[in-house]
Amino acid sequence: MAKGFEDKKKGDKGDSGNPKEDAIEVMATVIEPLPNAMFRVELENKHQVLAHVSGKMRKNFIRILAGDKVAVEL
Amino acid sequence: MAIYLRSAEELEKMHRAGLIVYDVLTALRSAVKPGMTTMDLEKLAEEKIAGRPGHAAFKGYRGYPCMLCTSVNSEIVHGIPSPKRKLCEGDIVSIDFGMEVDGYYADSAVTVPLGQIRPEVQKLLDVTRESLDRAIEKMRDGNRLGDVGHAVQSWVEQNGFSVVREFVGHGIGTRMHDEPNLPNYGEEGRGARLQEGMVIAIEPMVNAGRPEVRMRGEWVAETADGSPSAHFEHTVAVTANGPWILTRPKEQTGPSW
Repeated sequence: MAKGFEDKKKGDKGDSGNPKEDAIEVMATVIEPLPNAMFRVELENKHQVLAHVSGKMRKNFIRILAGDKVAVEL
Repeated sequence: MAIYLRSAEELEKMHRAGLIVYDVLTALRSAVKPGMTTMDLEKLAEEKIAGRPGHAAFKGYRGYPCMLCTSVNSEIVHGIPSPKRKLCEGDIVSIDFGMEVDGYYADSAVTVPLGQIRPEVQKLLDVTRESLDRAIEKMRDGNRLGDVGHAVQSWVEQNGFSVVREFVGHGIGTRMHDEPNLPNYGEEGRGARLQEGMVIAIEPMVNAGRPEVRMRGEWVAETADGSPSAHFEHTVAVTANGPWILTRPKEQTGPSW
């Protein structure tokens, strides 16, 4: 069965098209805020990754400080 | 989004599903006769898989109502079997079928002529099948996705036909539609590198006329200009020994369909 190909079109309810639906959510702790609204966070499994804040949170001016618990989508 | 690499055991599981798909398609291919309806084909497929392990992959997939896609003449893909759709002498029908066995999928399609067809339509079938052969040949470790798409597109366009853009082949494994997408066009040397263990359902969809697609309802895609369209498909793995067509018996060699 051929797969529909939405090259540029948005709104695919597809099983692989939308990254937000596929993301794994993990709890993490902010280690340090970085410029550009980026943060270094430590995941529950002790891995450190670079994370950016979601658009919605940015819009509402929620300050994120070192030590905050956040949910990270990978 | 990752492209999965399948182990030898996983490929064997997919091959098990693939052999059932092959049995059903070869049975339907020899059974189809003018006067039958596309729903008759659906019923035959149902009989054919009764008692087999696994289940038909399409039925219920995003709400698709049937086991088969039966796309007649200007229908490109996803034609829904209907008791009202009678097949006539001179028609072509693409029969597309997939199985899931033990969590692993296989997907394949073949376009069948009914009786005597016009020579230009026969050429469309030949060129489409040959483009699949050429694409399969590119499924080797170290090649790129673009090489596979290019193999389809170049052969089709050399012969004066056109490839459909709105639908693509796809990675397949524990889901029917997986990464990566495989358009039936592309540039040589571009795209993801093929590696041992990658499995892709390659499915050239070729229009005799222009490439544009018109949707009829949610599912059925047909050519915008009403020209006939052909569709052949196999589930193919990249292995150390070259391409492995999972949707046919190992001992079978020669042209893909």
